Amino acid sequence: MTKEAVHLTTDVLVVGAGAAGMYAAVSAARGGADVVLVDKSLIGRGGATIMAQMTVAAAVGHEAPDDWTRHYEDTIAAGRGLCDERLAAILCEEAVDRILELDEWKVGWARENGHMKQVTAPGHSVPRCVYVDFLNTGPSVARCLRGRVAQTDGIARISGVAIVDLVVRDGAVSGAVGFNLEDGAPVTIAANAVVLAGGGLTGIYRRNSASANMGGHAYALALRAGAELIDMEFVQFFPIGHLAPRLVGMDPIMWDPFRYKLGGRLLNGDFEEFIHNYGAEDSGKYTAPRDVTSFAIVRENEAGRGSPHGGAWLSFEHVPETELRAAFGPVIEKLLANGIDLTKQAIEVSPIAHYHMGGVRVDERMETNVAGLYAAGEAVGGANGANRLSGNALPEAFVFGERAGRFAAADVRGQTPAWAARDASAALATLAARSDGRTETSPDAYTHHAIAAELRALMWEKVGLIRTDDSLGTALSRIRELQSELEAAPAAGAAAYDMSLADWFDLRDSLQTAEAVTLAARSRRESRGAHWREDFQETDPALEENQTVALSADGMVTGWQPVGRR
Amino acid sequence: MNDIEKEHVSLRVQRGGPDDNLHFDTFELPFEPGASVLDALIEIRRNIDPTLAVRYSCVSANACRECMVRIDGEVDYACTARLTGGTMTIEPLAKKRLIRDLVTDIVPPKEQLASVVAARKQET
Ligand SMILES: Cc1cc2nc3c(=O)[nH]c(=O)nc-3n(C[C@H](O)[C@H](O)[C@H](O)COP(=O)(O)OP(=O)(O)OC[C@H]3O[C@@H](n4cnc5c(N)ncnc54)[C@H](O)[C@@H]3O)c2cc1C
Repeated sequence: MTKEAVHLTTDVLVVGAGAAGMYAAVSAARGGADVVLVDKSLIGRGGATIMAQMTVAAAVGHEAPDDWTRHYEDTIAAGRGLCDERLAAILCEEAVDRILELDEWKVGWARENGHMKQVTAPGHSVPRCVYVDFLNTGPSVARCLRGRVAQTDGIARISGVAIVDLVVRDGAVSGAVGFNLEDGAPVTIAANAVVLAGGGLTGIYRRNSASANMGGHAYALALRAGAELIDMEFVQFFPIGHLAPRLVGMDPIMWDPFRYKLGGRLLNGDFEEFIHNYGAEDSGKYTAPRDVTSFAIVRENEAGRGSPHGGAWLSFEHVPETELRAAFGPVIEKLLANGIDLTKQAIEVSPIAHYHMGGVRVDERMETNVAGLYAAGEAVGGANGANRLSGNALPEAFVFGERAGRFAAADVRGQTPAWAARDASAALATLAARSDGRTETSPDAYTHHAIAAELRALMWEKVGLIRTDDSLGTALSRIRELQSELEAAPAAGAAAYDMSLADWFDLRDSLQTAEAVTLAARSRRESRGAHWREDFQETDPALEENQTVALSADGMVTGWQPVGRR
Repeated sequence: MNDIEKEHVSLRVQRGGPDDNLHFDTFELPFEPGASVLDALIEIRRNIDPTLAVRYSCVSANACRECMVRIDGEVDYACTARLTGGTMTIEPLAKKRLIRDLVTDIVPPKEQLASVVAARKQET
């Protein structure tokens, strides 16, 4: 396989082409910049965006009177004291503009009597959440933005290139190093501004709603470039993710609207209701907070009262078929095609890792502490604090993407490239060593998958819903051992589309991100929002601060800093 | 289908790239009710042969539409096609350029690295 190194020069490089990256590319091009948009998967298909099926929150006030400040209040309340108020305000105010802009771009928000339909998702004080029927929000958003990117002059789109490191010169970003998945060829891209839009990290947990490309890449790229992360301990678990029987072609978090509309009964392995034993009223109302529901399911399993696959039963058997069909139309057929007849059987659900509140630390221009390095979308931390409102993630991707692209373009106007080849040599050397082609990857010598599986189990069991100093300490030392094991793992062969090369770099990022989550979780000795410490169950007012994580010469370090106020 | 047949499934998977002698490898897997063809291919990569090349992203949501292959001759998504008992034959798409194993070139022409490089050379 010949590998011809490729070098490109642009003004703004956008890493990751989900909603945030595509929006950033469009807005940077609108700002007059030359843009390169890369994704390791296909443009607009690789991440969470295309998988989202539910709703998008924005105070457009079509359904009922609303104002962005009310959306802001709800967001702050959910964030349990840790939202960066400046980022949260930007998110709620500009979500309105972005939802209207996407409407102009014909995304297809569901309408009724000429106005956009809005529903009340949990935690919102008014019907505020727009959507695309039926359960088609993410695919429509992805299609719309893909089209927009294609129509906008000045954007070069590249599918199938994975970025493995950013390149920094004198404290400012100057480009990135990656490789072409098809032939393993190194790719270097000179750019005085880089927007990190590589999505979240939930793929590092055993039970998750992630695609194959959500292993915490943006966070690790940022750390290695010298940028700070914030709130890494706050991983959101969705309480009733689908567990069994095997369900394909559907969002694993789809049971939420079913429960809200129809009131499904949540039962333990003995087919008894149990949420009321954990201090919440649920029976018949289904209003128990998400965290209580999650913990209750985990506890029932610890007590040996889980469902067969280690979750809880969710039953709609008491709901007449006519009601089921009226509420969910074609979805009922899709379930039947999966062999699931809700009138005759209960399904199994479990908490699953679903979203990451923390992420790359940015200012109001979406810039990190590394000059020229911006972040957008789920990769950004701060706006949602210790917990995220449902429907706030897609607007975050739109709003922060638009801003990152806009400010990045303004930033680089008239600059000459700062790129110097020698700054990329370390990253290129690692890439070469990892793909030297001499070693035929024999299945036995190939340890990547074993390491990845162990990491996912470790994060699930020790850095998951219930954390203690012990569990976090154990996880931390094991993660560091796994990092050494990965260093020692064999290099990839020389075959075309050698996924073992991508596996290795993916896993390097995942281990580093996992270390950041675990370290931050260990030093937050309180419980707050999505972070539950069994050994520190109270919320400590003195810890109403954000935690940062950075890479120093001695390894990863955490710090505290006051919450950003308006 | 009787129970004995159901316990195992054999996947005949086409291997190799455009310059190789194309051949089939057969993998024996336990049959999990409800499991998809993609589940089985991922299982092969994880536990039997990590060098198998297959393209997928969203894993089973049928959202990304990247995992299209031929299953017993019919074009289908590996993530929504269910495993049946017995032997199943998995081949790459016939009408797309073969890269290796089950991976074909489904990248839209304008999103190809090579075409971006060529376009930028022309500009300068
Ligand atoms: C199943 C599911 C349902 C959801 N439902 C909702 C909902 O109803 N409402 C809501 O508001 N939110 C929802 N969310 C959350 C929301 O979808 C995400 O937070 C949001 O889409 C993130 O957008 P993004 O652009 O930041 O990242 P993504 O859409 O994840 O895109 C990131 C991209 O970066 C690429 N990438 C990563 N690393 C690299 C690299 N090193 N080099 C090149 N490319 C790279 C990936 O391939 C991917 O394409 C849901 C999430 C999931 C998983």
